[in-house]
Amino acid sequence: MTDQAIAITVNGERRKGRTEARTTLADFLRDELALTGTHVGCEHGVCGACTVLLDGEAVRSCLVLAVQADGADITTIEGIGPEPGRLGPVQQAFMECHGLQCGFCTPGFVVSVTSFLAEQPAPTDDEIREMLSGNICRCTGYQGIVAAVHRATELIEEATA
Amino acid sequence: MTTTRTQARAPRVGESALRPDGIPKVQGRFLFGNDLWADGMLWGKTLRSPHAHARIARIDVTPALAMTGVFAVLTADDVPGSGVFGLEQADQPVFASGVVRYVGEPIAVVAADHPELARRACEAIVVEYEVLTPLVDSQAAITAAAIHPDGNILRHLVIRHGDIDAIGDVVVEGIYEVGMQDQAFMGPESGLAIPDDDGGVQLFVSTQFVHADRDQTAACLGLPPDMVRATVAGTGGAFGGREDICLQVHVCLLALRTGRPVKMLYSRDESFVGHVHRHPARMEYRHHARRDGTIVKVEARVVFDGGAYASTSSAVLANACCFGAGPYRVPNAFIEGWAVRTNNPPCGAMRGFGAVQTCFAHEAQMDKLADALAIDRVELRLRNALEPGDTIITGQRITGTAPVAAVIRACADAPFPAGAELDPDSESAPMLLRPGGAGRTADARHVTRALGFAVSYKNLMFSEGFDDYSTARVRVEDGIATVHCACAEVGQGFVTLAQQIAREVLDIDEVVLAPADTHVGSAGSTSASRQTWMSGGAVEGACRLVKAQMEADAAAGTVQRVYEATFEHHHAPTQRLDENGQGDAHVSFAFAAHRAVVDVDRDLGLVRVVDVTTAQDVGRVLNPVQALGQIEGGIAQGVGLAVMEELVVDQGRIRNASFTDYLIPTALDMPTVTVAALIEEPEPGAPFGAKGIGEPPTISSTAAVAAAIRAATGRAVDRVPVRPDDLLF
Ligand code: FES
Ligand code: FES
Repeated sequence: MTDQAIAITVNGERRKGRTEARTTLADFLRDELALTGTHVGCEHGVCGACTVLLDGEAVRSCLVLAVQADGADITTIEGIGPEPGRLGPVQQAFMECHGLQCGFCTPGFVVSVTSFLAEQPAPTDDEIREMLSGNICRCTGYQGIVAAVHRATELIEEATA
Repeated sequence: MTTTRTQARAPRVGESALRPDGIPKVQGRFLFGNDLWADGMLWGKTLRSPHAHARIARIDVTPALAMTGVFAVLTADDVPGSGVFGLEQADQPVFASGVVRYVGEPIAVVAADHPELARRACEAIVVEYEVLTPLVDSQAAITAAAIHPDGNILRHLVIRHGDIDAIGDVVVEGIYEVGMQDQAFMGPESGLAIPDDDGGVQLFVSTQFVHADRDQTAACLGLPPDMVRATVAGTGGAFGGREDICLQVHVCLLALRTGRPVKMLYSRDESFVGHVHRHPARMEYRHHARRDGTIVKVEARVVFDGGAYASTSSAVLANACCFGAGPYRVPNAFIEGWAVRTNNPPCGAMRGFGAVQTCFAHEAQMDKLADALAIDRVELRLRNALEPGDTIITGQRITGTAPVAAVIRACADAPFPAGAELDPDSESAPMLLRPGGAGRTADARHVTRALGFAVSYKNLMFSEGFDDYSTARVRVEDGIATVHCACAEVGQGFVTLAQQIAREVLDIDEVVLAPADTHVGSAGSTSASRQTWMSGGAVEGACRLVKAQMEADAAAGTVQRVYEATFEHHHAPTQRLDENGQGDAHVSFAFAAHRAVVDVDRDLGLVRVVDVTTAQDVGRVLNPVQALGQIEGGIAQGVGLAVMEELVVDQGRIRNASFTDYLIPTALDMPTVTVAALIEEPEPGAPFGAKGIGEPPTISSTAAVAAAIRAATGRAVDRVPVRPDDLLF
């Protein structure tokens, strides 16, 4: 097995590493960079737990090979807040609205919702549900998550007002 | 934006306290078992049987052992202690030896320095099988040749109550089936074992019941229990699927053999064969009633397919039978239950634990009975609703609360939420929210809306003489309370309640939780809706001991810097069921009612559940927002079983072991959930009067959705999950 060198920017930091061509971005982030907040729930693009931002777009990191991300700018759940230790509006909203129980799905939801709200700052309930349907949560029944998305729009508005 | 909320006074019992693990979880800093890492660790991988039933003629591990980077390959010959384990009866091999009994049964494990190498090493192991015919029919299993030395009957239970020959004016019958549901927790099975210098081992594992893991693992390792130091690792959901042993013994064996830390992590397809499922069931029912609607007798014969090994089948069957007549006054009953062994995947605990299956049947029967008597369906349930002081079909008198009529009324009388009215302007319903969803297939003119209603009850805590106690140790030092309890937090929110209870009793704001591990006494299992009562009670008890000592010392002027107390909380003792299935077998009961509104596309047989309204008996709400979360999440799983979730098993082989093919409700599949009422009648003996709330939402929600589909289509709907074909042909 031959390794390939890759260089990616992760959460604003330039990271270099060597990886096999078959390694997914999810495994690279988790195993090589020890960024274990990106969770793997299904390994094939169905559950959304592994969602990260790749050059600003939400992608499923289990469906991207690490070598494909060479040169890209990646944001993971660890980098979604405004600065280390502080919560972003979506994170704050999930916590306040009980948008999580076990929390395994949560990083994927937080990243997906962050990217969604950047495009659509004032979504309707149906738009929210449609957007959320790309991520699976087994614990909550989603009502807390829908509430969290509404709350996040308020928090974003307050912050920018 | 701040990371901590400054609160003048941290929330006590009854308030919507936020989860203490909420911040690390939204930041991705919370470590799940899947995320654990140790320097120099190896990766473990399991070789599993491809056959449902076969003799193992030969195993040759030498090709795997010869691979560079492979450090151990272990089979049944390498188990130093007991070769079998099991929660109720030790009948399941750590590794198959001689014979395999289900697809996915472990044969060997490998430890290697890379997970991919471990996988290839598994492939290199040579196993020669002589394939046998699998026993896959649960009914046939009762009389078929035994596929296990312990026989095929995991339990045969008969309940005879009152006059079993009584006859009613009106009789209705039905045969019902429930398919195999999976817990499908999001965080796959994971664990890390680290060998200790004294020959013992530390185990970090995603689990529901860390002391049972410890005891079973130690027995298989041939070690005294205290040499296995087990800790609950971050657990991504459970729902019953983590009560049994999966990788615990394997990962410890590998760590002890190699002398290095070993991590195991199941893939999703492996997870589907790596844990037990909800029992598929076949249920024959006959209800007798008087003309005025009074139930005279319930007869039933139920067969639960336990799969290859016992797991908790015996207790699941007891629940199915005990609660098999529903929360009604039933003076006479004859219920015969079988839990049998087959070569299907093993089945055990899942949220609702046996009550789910028979609820689907008894509620379909109640509707049939109402129709046969020309009595309103809700009214018939009210006329027969159990009340405190009534006797259930096991001869046990209900000594606690039983607000059955209250949950029925509150749920039935609730207004329909916007969008779920019974005469909708369906043309205007958003396309996405029609049956078929994003497929955009439904023609609004051919969509029928209807409602269904169902009621259920089940036990809280373990029954039949089990003493499933819980232990808590509480220490107060410098104004900070530390709670040490082995209760597994799997998402349900015990960590929040433990803090609230400690604050309430001690009147201390700062409460820290020590890791849930085996350095403190058992807390029992996070199942049976029992932890709020059992571990909540243990925390309350330990806090009260500490507080009493603090007050005594304060009065005597001998204040200490540190106070510590340990409390073991036992529930009232229960009895085993006698040969007629009679006895005071249960501690307490919880009741719930569900009303479902569905849209059915008559052309395509597609169903969308529009709303589920519920009322639930909760004793007392300790944390409103968490209670709501349990109810919504539980209903999601009940809706899933009604319309989409089934492990399709063909000749013992699961055909849909992935999230592409095993469908779980998404945000678009989920109906609105409307809580009409939480009935708060404090339960005597329960800490703060609170009953467990996790399971009831999953029990009658399935039956209510099925009833609504029946009403919309006029079809029998005698099997869940309901498939399009069931509505078309
Ligand atoms: S793990 Fe990537 S979508 Fe499920
Ligand atoms: S909170 Fe457990 S899967 Fe979403």
